[in-house]
Amino acid sequence: MAIELTLNLRTVRFTGDPAMPLLWYLRDHARLTGTKFGCGIGYCGACTVHVDGVAIRACVTPMASVAGRVVTTIEGLAREGSLHPVQQAWIEADVAQCGYCQAGQIMAAVDLLRRQPQPSDADIATLTNLCRCGTYPRIRRAIHRAAELLGGKHT
Amino acid sequence: MRADEHAAPLSRREFIAVSMTAAGGLMLSLSPAWPAGRARGLCAESGAAEAGQLGAFVRIEPDGRIVLGARGCEIGQGVRTSLPMLIAEELDVPWSSVSVEQLPYGLVASREPPGFKSLYGAQGAGGSTNIPDAWSELRQAGARARWLLIHAAAHSWREPAERLSTHEARVLHPDGRTLSYAQLANRAAGLTPPASDVPLKDRSARHIIGQPTRVADAREIVTGKALFGLDGSIPGALTALIARSPYFDGSVADFDDRRARRVPGVRGVFRIPGPRAGAPIERNLAAGVAVVADDFWSAHRGREALRITWKRGPGAVDSSAALEERALAALARTGTLAREDGDFAAARAGAARVIEAVYTEPLLAHATMEPPHALLQLSDKRALLIASLQSPGGASRMISDMTGIARADIEIRLPRAGGGFGRRLQNDFVAEAVLVAQQARAPVKVVWTREDDLQNDFYRPFGVHQLTATLDARGRVTGWAHRVAATARKYRAAGMEDEPDWVGCVDRDGFPAGCVANYHAEFLPVDLNLARGWWRAPLPTFVAFPVEVFLDEVAHAAAQDPLALRLALLGEPRELNYRDHGGPKFHTGRLAQVLRRAAREIGYGRALPPHHGIGLAGHFTHGGYAAHAIEVAVSERGELSVVRCVCAADVGEIVNPLGLEAQFMGGTIDGLSTALNLQITVKEGRIEQSNFPDYPLLRMANAPDVEVHLIDSQFAPSGAGEMGIPSVAPALFNAIFAATHRRLRRLPLGDQLGHTAA
Repeated sequence: MAIELTLNLRTVRFTGDPAMPLLWYLRDHARLTGTKFGCGIGYCGACTVHVDGVAIRACVTPMASVAGRVVTTIEGLAREGSLHPVQQAWIEADVAQCGYCQAGQIMAAVDLLRRQPQPSDADIATLTNLCRCGTYPRIRRAIHRAAELLGGKHT
Repeated sequence: MRADEHAAPLSRREFIAVSMTAAGGLMLSLSPAWPAGRARGLCAESGAAEAGQLGAFVRIEPDGRIVLGARGCEIGQGVRTSLPMLIAEELDVPWSSVSVEQLPYGLVASREPPGFKSLYGAQGAGGSTNIPDAWSELRQAGARARWLLIHAAAHSWREPAERLSTHEARVLHPDGRTLSYAQLANRAAGLTPPASDVPLKDRSARHIIGQPTRVADAREIVTGKALFGLDGSIPGALTALIARSPYFDGSVADFDDRRARRVPGVRGVFRIPGPRAGAPIERNLAAGVAVVADDFWSAHRGREALRITWKRGPGAVDSSAALEERALAALARTGTLAREDGDFAAARAGAARVIEAVYTEPLLAHATMEPPHALLQLSDKRALLIASLQSPGGASRMISDMTGIARADIEIRLPRAGGGFGRRLQNDFVAEAVLVAQQARAPVKVVWTREDDLQNDFYRPFGVHQLTATLDARGRVTGWAHRVAATARKYRAAGMEDEPDWVGCVDRDGFPAGCVANYHAEFLPVDLNLARGWWRAPLPTFVAFPVEVFLDEVAHAAAQDPLALRLALLGEPRELNYRDHGGPKFHTGRLAQVLRRAAREIGYGRALPPHHGIGLAGHFTHGGYAAHAIEVAVSERGELSVVRCVCAADVGEIVNPLGLEAQFMGGTIDGLSTALNLQITVKEGRIEQSNFPDYPLLRMANAPDVEVHLIDSQFAPSGAGEMGIPSVAPALFNAIFAATHRRLRRLPLGDQLGHTAA
């Protein structure tokens, strides 16, 4: 049976194995490779995307569970060519080193700012996404800057 | 059966190839066309001048866009930004007009032996050499392109070139007329380049080198458009996962793939040979069974469905506990002498005091966030490789050796790499892609899972360090011995056969060698049947911990201040010989300066709250100098918190201060992460760790801010990717001692304070 979902504002259908993790549907079938594979067990957060606006780990999210839901990936975050304030802040703070985990970090940060528009360092410390390059101090700066850009309100 | 015995030559049109799989099954595969042409490099393939092309690295578009080629492997060290900065500076263009384009690996055919040549020079990433390799070369590339543009303007104006100057991508005539680079580019491209080097700018005239410059492709990264190796695609490519022997040098005794072949999407199952037990590891690391499928998920399900009986290798009964016993026992023997100055035995016999301590360091895995992988298309004549690499030259040799394809006919693209840390200096995953693609008769992407990665690495050696210092009656250090019982780095390392056994484990010329009259460095090899590799700042990280913690111990034993002891040993600023990587000289004054700077910035010597302590350490790494000063607090229950973390560095002239800050911040966090909790252990011949929960990298909650201070240095630049790590672990352990009076000598920290390190 086909699974239908909304992916970055488009309706898509998937007819493969309903147990396939969303991550591999995104990467191998939808050809959206911005979402990354890091651990396969939902631990590192490189595969973080939004389902109905909430950050989830796509590597442990079966396709069956996203039927009828709205999935947003890093490719869908910028709208009509203008960057999301979190993406803007990430560039300003020059966060990326290798860059591999950053899509997941950004998606997790957007979700944090939705829940907590003026996050403290302690709020930011609840983020569990791993960065092997050690960009955490600049991620903190970027999230504070994004909170400023958002003016305390999440768009 | 070799792929090229039967495969039709690949053409640009798709064709269907029917072939027998190794297991005897019929495999229908769609062998796709080669992707159209070569990736657009900046250099014309034919050698003919392309419009606006000024040398190998510069192209000027009619719309004025300055396209600069980035030649290095970008693994997070920032070379996609810093190397083009060198070119842009001497080309004399505003950085805002520059577009950076990644270059492919630039090997092309040549009539001269060996039949190929490099278009772009050094392209690998290892040993922090990109900036020093490029410092003259790429500034010259920019300056020579500027020379062509000036001479093109000189022809147009019939004016001597010496009277012309440049500013912001324009050539200026003394009478005020100007021509833009875009107007001049085609004419300049037709001129004969200068025969010898051209003069470079004075330091005072620079406007790009030394300026904080953000990551060139940051926008692509934050929008998910940046391509990493694992994101590579070739039409019709299949995905392969390999079930590898869990025992090093183990092999497949028997396997049943009937269930695996019934998994929808699975296209083939192939046996993969491993290295010969005891022989150098020249190709892949492990024997196994590859499952080839339409996508990752099908390959994964297929692999799960395999039933394999492994034949255990010779190391199948080993354990970390036994390894440590062997290392400690080795210390009782006499090993290989790596350096002997004066007479340490005599110094010991005549010493007023002898101090001795033993330190233990674990095996480490690289754990790049992006696991190893390789996407490969083969025909009998050509190959295309897309992968995250640190050694494209090694990958090219590997493919050529295994297939017979000429080096110049192997195209290698260099996407961003999700971390390197030395893991990708090895090309074992490329060898796997060759073995699978040859059997599958189709382009194949070999993908590693995290479990594959942690359990099949070239591990950082395990070692036990015995340090001995002798003091005279006035507390001065008269002798120093550093004996290392470790799993030799060169063990089965292809290409290292002729190296001494201590290479990669003993820092014979490292501080305090050359600063103590009687100095002794010795190596005692310890057996372990696992592959070894280079791990970010390999030797410096391995030796800085024991040496810099022991310096603290000696200072305390001699009732001296740890900083004062280091400065006294370093003595007058001078250059000492340093024969290993990062040499040929080590400057004592530069190490002293970063130590003093880190101490000053943290307020070394100030009164601290109870249970707080400050620790210091410094190290010379690959031509650069860094020191850390760390303040910790340790609660009575043993909970550790890092209060402040200061890093001072001298890496010579500063190319990109923003990038350097990132490297030292990241290196410091990597150092903390590793010192707190990371180790690889062996039980019954198998690696015990399998994924991040048992190889726990530091997370945001425990990542301190890092205060980075860069010395405004006049020395030629070193790299910066590795200097930020080695002094972290010893500074942290020295701080723990200062806070608790407990001297810990084993990495990682783990629960040694009675509380699991966060």
